[in-house]
Amino acid sequence: MLGVANDPMHQFQITRFFGMPDWSLAGYDISFTNASFFLLAAALIPATFMTLAMKRRALVPNRTQSVAELIYGFVDGITTSTMGKDAKKFFPFVFSLFIFILTANMVGMVPYFFTPTTQIIVTFTMAMMVIGTVLVVGFYKNGLGFLKLFMPSGIPWPLYFLVIPIEIISFLSRPLTLSLRLFANMLAGHIMLKVFAGFVVTMSAAGAVGIIGSILPMGMTVGLMALEFLVAFLQAYVFAILTCIYLNDALHPGH
Amino acid sequence: MDAEGAKYIGAGLACLAMLGAAIGVGNIFGSFLQGAMRNPSAAQGQFGNLIFGFAVTEALGIFGLLIALLLLFVI
Repeated sequence: MLGVANDPMHQFQITRFFGMPDWSLAGYDISFTNASFFLLAAALIPATFMTLAMKRRALVPNRTQSVAELIYGFVDGITTSTMGKDAKKFFPFVFSLFIFILTANMVGMVPYFFTPTTQIIVTFTMAMMVIGTVLVVGFYKNGLGFLKLFMPSGIPWPLYFLVIPIEIISFLSRPLTLSLRLFANMLAGHIMLKVFAGFVVTMSAAGAVGIIGSILPMGMTVGLMALEFLVAFLQAYVFAILTCIYLNDALHPGH
Repeated sequence: MDAEGAKYIGAGLACLAMLGAAIGVGNIFGSFLQGAMRNPSAAQGQFGNLIFGFAVTEALGIFGLLIALLLLFVI
């Protein structure tokens, strides 16, 4: 039923970006692809916006500057509510992650655009970056005391035989869940949108009755689109807040 | 039954994990709303906890989806 043009997985294919040459380095294909283009866009759009918005640095902000300050204040709220007084040191890291993921998700909401966060390697790289930071900061700040993270205080000692393996498994699964949550949510949402949009095309091809009937999936697609915008924002928020919580664990293990 | 068919059945069964995640996530938001309606002034401060609980619960459903994706595209 679903033709090539209607194939819901087609949107995730990585192709060379409009006639870019075929580059390779040491046997690896390093051509400039659509994924590279939209990743670059997700990094450059917020960087340019923030630089331009904060160029004048007026005491009474104009409209662009207030937007930049709003975003700053929002992320500051996330970091200080979870990390307390240590928040300022990690604010740039969380801010860059949040704004990058948010822009990558939002860029993908434009029809025919590629969503960089639907590639698991992109999300996994970011998750490993977070967990790497947690490990480095944890061992640097607390030394071997960081291992107290796996030994929660205030429980009877026989329970440690049960709790320590669970805590270790839960820690090891963190990079996996952190990356998969973002990846799976964006992937599933985009597939769902494509499938419902495909219904409209196939139904309206069936004649007058089909065209009237296709109003239903069309309305559904519009609704899902709104939901996807919410998910795109929520997943960036979840990624940022989990990063903060993991960093807080690294700063204060064994609370 | 051939292996190819069993793979698809397995992928479908793995998606049942999302049933549990759905119940869990529904529970979290339901309970949050119940609490928030009783004490609306305290609700704002618990938004972070709400999202954290949602994310951790959802992770288990994602494990199921991961198994389904592995069955479909890797094995």
